[in-house]
Amino acid sequence: MGKALRDVYGESLLKYAKENKKVVALDADLANCSKTCMMGKELPERMFDVGIAENHMIAMGAGFASCGMIPFVNTFATLAASMCALSAKALIGYSGLNVRIMGANNGLSGGYDGATHHALDDMSVMRGIPGMLVMSPSDGVMTDWMVRTLAEDYEGPAYVGIPRNGYENLYEEGEDFEIGKAKQLTDGKDAAVFAYGLSVFRAKKAAEQLAAEGIHISVYDMFTLKPFDREAVLRAARETGAIVTVEEHSIVGGLGTAVLETLAEGGEQVSVRRLGIQDCYTHSGAYEDLVTEFGIGIASIADAVKELL
Amino acid sequence: MGLSEERIEKLEGLCRQFRKDVLTILHEVQTGHAGGSLSECEILTLLYLECANISKENQNQEDRDRIVLSKGHGAPMLYRCLAEKGFFPKEELHTLRQPGSRLQGHPCSAKTPGVELSTGPLGIGLSASVGMACANRLRGNDAYVYTVLGDGELNEGTVWEAAMSAAKFRCDHLIAIVDWNKVQLDGKAEEIMPMDCMEERWQAFGWNVWRCNGHSIPELYEAVQEAKNKKNGKPCVILADTVKGKGVSFMEGTNVYHGKAISDEEYAEAMKELGV
Amino acid sequence: MDREIQELYKKSYELRIHAVKMVYHAKTGHAAPSLSMADLISALYFKILRVDPSEPRWKDRDRFVLSKGHACPIYYAALAKRGFFPEEDLMQYRALNSKLQGHPDMRKCPGVDMTTGSLGNGASASLGMALIGQKEKKDYYVYAICGDGELQEGIVWESALYAGNAHADHLIWFVDYNGLQSGGSVREIQNLEDLEEKFKSFGWDVQTIDGHNMEEILAAVETAKERKGTPSVILAKTTKGKGVSYMENQYLWHMKAPNEEQYTQAMKELSKEVERYA
Repeated sequence: MGKALRDVYGESLLKYAKENKKVVALDADLANCSKTCMMGKELPERMFDVGIAENHMIAMGAGFASCGMIPFVNTFATLAASMCALSAKALIGYSGLNVRIMGANNGLSGGYDGATHHALDDMSVMRGIPGMLVMSPSDGVMTDWMVRTLAEDYEGPAYVGIPRNGYENLYEEGEDFEIGKAKQLTDGKDAAVFAYGLSVFRAKKAAEQLAAEGIHISVYDMFTLKPFDREAVLRAARETGAIVTVEEHSIVGGLGTAVLETLAEGGEQVSVRRLGIQDCYTHSGAYEDLVTEFGIGIASIADAVKELL
Repeated sequence: MGLSEERIEKLEGLCRQFRKDVLTILHEVQTGHAGGSLSECEILTLLYLECANISKENQNQEDRDRIVLSKGHGAPMLYRCLAEKGFFPKEELHTLRQPGSRLQGHPCSAKTPGVELSTGPLGIGLSASVGMACANRLRGNDAYVYTVLGDGELNEGTVWEAAMSAAKFRCDHLIAIVDWNKVQLDGKAEEIMPMDCMEERWQAFGWNVWRCNGHSIPELYEAVQEAKNKKNGKPCVILADTVKGKGVSFMEGTNVYHGKAISDEEYAEAMKELGV
Repeated sequence: MDREIQELYKKSYELRIHAVKMVYHAKTGHAAPSLSMADLISALYFKILRVDPSEPRWKDRDRFVLSKGHACPIYYAALAKRGFFPEEDLMQYRALNSKLQGHPDMRKCPGVDMTTGSLGNGASASLGMALIGQKEKKDYYVYAICGDGELQEGIVWESALYAGNAHADHLIWFVDYNGLQSGGSVREIQNLEDLEEKFKSFGWDVQTIDGHNMEEILAAVETAKERKGTPSVILAKTTKGKGVSYMENQYLWHMKAPNEEQYTQAMKELSKEVERYA
């Protein structure tokens, strides 16, 4: 395991808040988990902990944004997609406010806390809100870039699902990212794997294993789920004819769905396998154990590719 | 200092006019919320035309006062006030709820000049107001945030989250006014969800509380002035006793006209009663 | 001391031992929030609640909702000790595919009346249970334990409003008022005071007690049952981490597993208390 992305987030938020006075942070008694505690310690006047009141917090963030501030509102991703959804939809999205909704512990990273704390629908909920930028970082370099982008010049509402943990970085410091443009990590013509978040690292590992067996795949980091890089999907479909999607999310409404929508509308008929939580509830367990059990680990990705060939 | 007799008369005259105008438009478009618009008439009129530092000229200035209509369904009366302030031409009121109109069924800040916050789903306006009040303080603005809530809206738990939060962040430049008309969509509040001990409840949540007749311009004015002068670190709430459908006898105190279209006969009768 | 009271104290320390063991064994979980409510749960499961472990879904049973679902280690310990499932199973807490999930799951764990974990929801669910009892003229009571930080959730006040208006007098909430939440002190993060006045203004009967005093707990429940026409809330002043010296009043122990040395010390301290009440 590399540096936890939540720690990167906490440090980056503090760093960019120091540079831009408009940045404020709101939290609902999870500052030690989301890591906004770092900002709370150094910039207490711009840190607002509202206690355990998520719906209120996000609407309060809208109030800040309507006064020209850039609020980062923080809670568990599962609560962002449920308790905060009304304000995200009817207030923030509708009015195009510069609120940054930061979903901590996205995907299965709630681990032992169990099904109530796993966020497997956040992307699907947020993707349904018009005008919402929807992202999830795969490593520390990208996490820092996302925070910088949202703290500096991005106009409009945004949602970011942040993994609790982290592997070694996939990108070099200073790497260029562009909203809505996928990153291709490996190049192969046998199949293409699309992933976001920590699944990207696992997909890359699967690609290395497969390469040793003579199977060469392209791995794409789809860190922006909206706007979605349709061109990357269609190009990969034409080049490989076989696509696997991997997400720490329900297969309903997330990355897999977005890929299928793109392929169907683009008229590309290719074989597709969607790896993700298969429309069921999860349960308590160690993070890596859950990843394996729910079929989104390295071996599952490699197997899915082989099944398609 | 209270308002002069002359000023009171002027504002009361405007209220009569606004009631008539709003009903005319609602009758014309055959949709929209009459009852709640009539009950909040004096509150919004007083805020927009007397108390708040808001104008077409300062609408983009950071230090302006802000008015949030948390009970967003009361939009028709809000739009009438905004038109009076010159945010858009009065003729545009006739486009209410029509395709392509800037005047949506519920207020949208991205579409309508002068609307500070998109509202409609109940319970979130006060939370946003807390954010505004905190932002003002961070920037050293002395501006006030006025938030108009419905009484039925106070059923929503978010309101009490916001109430606690405003006390914590010592938002003494936040003044909430509850349009306490005691009727909600499904019926009388006492049948749906009684709201007893309202004054005690707000006090227990750490607020300064006033209660007054919400259809009396001088009483409302006095309460707002007292709230502004209080400055004890607590947020302020004015519980304004109102009558749903105020001004039109057959609409008063009933939920029937919460959002029902107005017939030709009802319209004629209402105009006669308002007698402008 | 009354023999029965002494026995209840003993039970509460035995439950604490189980809870710390579970968290130590799982290397994850909520120990300190469990310890603060040990005496409440001991009183409930070994004196107050009308339940039958051989028939967990008995229609006329009293209901219990752990609205602060994260404190389930002590809850599971009480259920096991009361006979809903074997005590050996407790070490499955938070294990893969276990009935003892990180937050209580009514479809997995015998004796759990309501799935919880999202704060605030359990309070509303307990009201629903009480209203059905009222409607069907049942005599069962519904008890819930809420965390103090949990009362910052608006949904708690939505249910408080309804319960007061509905005169739900078979509904009894405990607030495990330990004064700490995950990020620090309740007073600093979002003060709840004046909490008595808040509940009163929603039409509730309110009692404030020492949540580690068994006589006071039992007496408060009796009083709550005597009150007709209002729901009752018992504000139980407690100590987070009660019974383990280094966890007491330390919010950083909200969710943290002890290491071996800490575990040994905790067992020593808690066992001493068990002996004291033996």
